[in-house]
Amino acid sequence: MHDSRSPSPRPVLLAGGRVLDPSRDLDIKADLLIADGIIKDNASGLSSEGLPDGTEIVDCRHRVVVPGLVDMRAFIGEPGAEHRETLASASQAAAAGGVTTIICQPDTDPIIDDPAIVDFVKRRARDTAIVHVHPMAALTKGMEGREMTEIGLLSAAGAVAFTDANHSIPSAQVLRRALTYAREFNALIVHHTEDADLTGAGVMNEGELASRLGLAGIPRAAETIVFERDVRLAAMTRGRYHAASLTCPDSLDVLRRAKEAGLAVTASASINHLTLNERDVVGYRTFFKVAPPLRDEDDRRALVSALAEGLIDVVVSDHNPQDVEVKRLPFSEAAFGAIGLETMLAAGLRLVNDGSLDLMTLIRAMSTRPAELLGLPAGTLRPGRSADIAVIAPDEAWLLDAAQLKSRCRNTPFDEARFEGRVVRTLVSGRTVYEYV
Amino acid sequence: MTSNLKAPFTLSRRDLLGIEGLSAGEITGLLDLAEEFVVLNRQVEKKRATLRGRTQINLFFEASTRTQSSFELAGKRLGADVMNMAVGNSSLKKGETLIDTAATLNAMHPDLLIVRHSASGAVELLARKVDCAVINAGDGAHEHPTQALLDALTIRRNKGRIQGLTVAICGDITHSRVARSNILLLHALGAQVRVVAPPTLLPRDIERFGVEVHHDMRRGLEDVDIVMMLRLQRERMNGSFVPSVKEYFHFWGLDEAKLRYAKPDALVMHPGPMNRGVEIDSAVADGAQSLIREQVEMGVAVRMAVLDALSRTLPGNLPNA
Repeated sequence: MHDSRSPSPRPVLLAGGRVLDPSRDLDIKADLLIADGIIKDNASGLSSEGLPDGTEIVDCRHRVVVPGLVDMRAFIGEPGAEHRETLASASQAAAAGGVTTIICQPDTDPIIDDPAIVDFVKRRARDTAIVHVHPMAALTKGMEGREMTEIGLLSAAGAVAFTDANHSIPSAQVLRRALTYAREFNALIVHHTEDADLTGAGVMNEGELASRLGLAGIPRAAETIVFERDVRLAAMTRGRYHAASLTCPDSLDVLRRAKEAGLAVTASASINHLTLNERDVVGYRTFFKVAPPLRDEDDRRALVSALAEGLIDVVVSDHNPQDVEVKRLPFSEAAFGAIGLETMLAAGLRLVNDGSLDLMTLIRAMSTRPAELLGLPAGTLRPGRSADIAVIAPDEAWLLDAAQLKSRCRNTPFDEARFEGRVVRTLVSGRTVYEYV
Repeated sequence: MTSNLKAPFTLSRRDLLGIEGLSAGEITGLLDLAEEFVVLNRQVEKKRATLRGRTQINLFFEASTRTQSSFELAGKRLGADVMNMAVGNSSLKKGETLIDTAATLNAMHPDLLIVRHSASGAVELLARKVDCAVINAGDGAHEHPTQALLDALTIRRNKGRIQGLTVAICGDITHSRVARSNILLLHALGAQVRVVAPPTLLPRDIERFGVEVHHDMRRGLEDVDIVMMLRLQRERMNGSFVPSVKEYFHFWGLDEAKLRYAKPDALVMHPGPMNRGVEIDSAVADGAQSLIREQVEMGVAVRMAVLDALSRTLPGNLPNA
């Protein structure tokens, strides 16, 4: 990253904040000293001791200091769709949202299914992005669902997991072989669980509301059927499997049974499904058209409970920039997707503020747990580790203005939303990459 | 006519996008106004000057001879200049977005825009981008408000009321905007509504619309006052939603035998165009209990009423002028 472009940043002392580190179940009032890009020490009263020359002291009273977020599912348009998002613009949005590591999806143009493209993305990110970026590679060549990619070589090139992004793999045989083969490289397979036939022309959650709006529905079973199949394949193969975005109680039951059986099965939920529901699409609002579709309020509550109890491992932004040409259309014709890098933490804090879960759980699911699953040295404030940090002002009330977002596209479902709590400073490898003033 | 003596009926809205949101009073007001136009339409001199100087554009993204000509006639009889946009032949279909189209049309300063589109919500989206009154002539599987109004007018003229009647809507409910608008309107005016269809042609959670759900035609038609048949699109007949035309007609097609389960004075309706021998038998369609031709006549009157009522609130018009 930027280390190659400029000398290492001056030391920073984050003084007097509430330091919350899910990797150690730590929640204390302390100072955090950062120098040479790494966390040097954390204890109370560091400021009175001899600090390195030129240390910048940041007053973090009434602030929460957490490990920077690791967003496990973000689409970035580079290469091939730079009008939607570049690695640079996505990283600016990420930094403003406290995200210090982006895991980008392989459904670019060309598709990330070749080690040379993994290498390209990593180099572009190093040269243009202000946060860490790691690509997932395609699980099948061309994401066509037929032949597995070079999982070993792609891993060696730096792909952190394997997925066909928004495509579900119809063939159980292909997925079985991939799970079996990937074990050799301890590779994680991330799968979008959706039966394409059952989804059909569906554009929102199937049910009364879709019937009233005259929109084709997507049944919950389209997700659960595929996920249930996948869990059986995970049991057969003992491969490492991660469901990309679960949305409903039936899928959560399958997940619970898989975990109870000791399978290496984990799952994400998107911030959209945790904080919004199908009522938001009333008025044919296409910024709420996402895949899988927003479900009803009971589904949302079940998903939040599953996150609170640790059943859902990871919260993702599912960042998907779409320009107005593909969003300002009749609902059934509009593209799926919503941006989320910049708002996922603020939206997640709603769940903390309404008492649904504690901050430790939220940060674990947005940082520590995805880092563990992907084998990344992130998601922790342990001394000696890279200083990837977000500083949160938990009581700061604010109104989202989509025009102020840093993403190239403005398709946020949170325009004019009220939030309580925001990121005020983000550090990546010890350097402040975002500061709210 | 006597309407000159009282204040003309107006709708307190710019657009008619659906039955949803209309009060029973507004619906009844429109039906009463339409009655006056039924009388007018049967005279030799059918013209009014209500819309003189006004421009009406019929914008049909989905072809429809019947509804489009009905709106055209309605506008012309009220004195408007009516233009039909042939969407299929223009740039509108070649990549221009609906919003671009709206902006283009808006620049021509129409007063009334009649829109049909295959996507649910498309007419509402377009209405947000123009300054004139917009009438939904059918959007996807969502709403078709003037069809529901003309159906209600037809029923009221034949039964004297809507309140307390039992109406069975039969056929492809899933893909039908006519069914949705009719359910809303009939409920607003106090009728009981049943839907009768094979399970594959019923939308999810339809019972939450407050309708009685039947799969068997005989039981579904038992003691009903009105049988409303819906058209089954050809592409849904061959195995995708129902196995075959033959089987569909056998179980769900309206013939004289099935119609006998309804009340003896039950009346039969169809929004057209009919598939004879698919959802309805010719003997019933052309029989004594059929209101199908009258529906077409009422269509013109109802659309005149809607144009009249909406035009009263257009800029440049005094509500009581």
